[in-house]
Amino acid sequence: MKDFSKDFPILKNVIYLDNGATSLTPECVIEAMNKYYREFNANIHRSIHKLGEKATEEYENARIKIANFINARPNEIIFTRGTTESLNLLAYSLLNDIKGRNEIVLSEMEHHSNLVPWQQLAKEKGLKLRYIKHNLNEVINDKTLVVSVTHVSNVIGVRNDIKKIADIAHSKGALVIVDAAQSIPHMKIDVKELGIDFLAFSGHKMLGPTGVGVLYGRAGLLDKMKPFLFGGEMISRVSFNESEWNDIPFKFEAGTPNIAGVIGLGKAVEYLNDIGMDNIESHCKELVKYCYEKLKEIQDIEIYSSKNSSLISFNIKNIHSHDVAAILDKHNIAVRAGHMCAMPLVHDILKQSAIVRASFYFYNTKDDADELIEGIKKVKEVFA
Amino acid sequence: MNESMDPNWLGEDDIYRENILDHFKEPRNFGEIENPSFAHTGLNPVCGDTIRLFVRLDKDKKIKEAKFKGRGCAISIASASMLTEHINGKTIEEIKTMQKEELLELLGIKLGIVRIKCGLLSLNTLLKGIEVMEEENEIRN
Repeated sequence: MKDFSKDFPILKNVIYLDNGATSLTPECVIEAMNKYYREFNANIHRSIHKLGEKATEEYENARIKIANFINARPNEIIFTRGTTESLNLLAYSLLNDIKGRNEIVLSEMEHHSNLVPWQQLAKEKGLKLRYIKHNLNEVINDKTLVVSVTHVSNVIGVRNDIKKIADIAHSKGALVIVDAAQSIPHMKIDVKELGIDFLAFSGHKMLGPTGVGVLYGRAGLLDKMKPFLFGGEMISRVSFNESEWNDIPFKFEAGTPNIAGVIGLGKAVEYLNDIGMDNIESHCKELVKYCYEKLKEIQDIEIYSSKNSSLISFNIKNIHSHDVAAILDKHNIAVRAGHMCAMPLVHDILKQSAIVRASFYFYNTKDDADELIEGIKKVKEVFA
Repeated sequence: MNESMDPNWLGEDDIYRENILDHFKEPRNFGEIENPSFAHTGLNPVCGDTIRLFVRLDKDKKIKEAKFKGRGCAISIASASMLTEHINGKTIEEIKTMQKEELLELLGIKLGIVRIKCGLLSLNTLLKGIEVMEEENEIRN
């Protein structure tokens, strides 16, 4: 893998291994966003002047790039604030059409953002929440309204067999939603090949800025869904008493969107395409495999994540993850510590109050992995 | 990076100095009190720390004994350990006016915006416990 560190000035000061939380932003993405504010700052889809036209064009170009990135059509790409909003939009808007189905199926490794919206919806509407264990064919049945699962776990790095889940769900007439927040920065995703109905992801974990995310939905489904937010842009006609909705995707984009953010995300996708998603995936997995073997040699380390992933989750016996992360931070190594916003998985299944997670990206190197290992040894010395 | 930039800023001195590690490895007053005057559980959702504090008051509403149980990082455990020692003999009113700086001084380290939640978990749990006890007493009276 080529050295990309020159594109990420922050890397001069830190060994950044918290990519699962948010990735760093390359200069070209920052520049693309600055350019909007410096050169064609205007509102989109309404301003007749040249600036407005340029802004609209750039914004819609980003939509096309992102659609191509996941093999969707541009009108199937809705811009949101992030994965969380995309999933909340679905939890809110899908309910129109229950037709006697009253079960929602999740996996046990969901991030809170793909758990709490469904849990609260279930409480409110008297629906049943069910979790996949080793019983796909039983848990997904003709009462299932929707199956919403994470593509790759942010805690244990496990990749779910989405194709298989989608096949079963569709054979029972259920809808399939995939939380791709952790997977899309690391692998090629083709929504047609996966055979899914909806895909949710965030811009900031894939080199984009914070505050912009995507919801992909099959056009036929989006057409039938009711809007999530009401206001400007999402209407076609408004009178004092009635409103008609705009076409998709605009029906779901009320208000002035994060224009610069969307343009930045479009640039990020371009940058990722240039490197190649397959290269990114194999580089990160190689680093994790290397780290995994080294970590296993250290006494008192418990590893919780899959060896075949882009992250490594672990604990050092009798040392709290916060203390591990704080001491690593003293050595300028940034990792995540805590419950990773997946409390049911971390507390109830891994039986840990918190864990340490080092998550890699294409700009990380074998040296970074070595520094991490050395850092962990130093942590053990402090508590020895 | 300087103090203002780094949320985990741990002060000039090493955060994991001897007194912190000592209280973490051998926490004082670790355990339960049977039939306490009140007990309260505090959570730090950011790191998953849990502290349960048990307090027994004497007839003058002074703290006769305080113990705690729980799991947490070195900072939160050390702070709970020091707090249970520190409040012995104090009145409820004294504790209610206790400033957070008093506990942070005991810890002897400067904590950033993230780790301060660990450092103050025990005190916040104690104050919440007192609040709940007083509310219950009011209802009973």
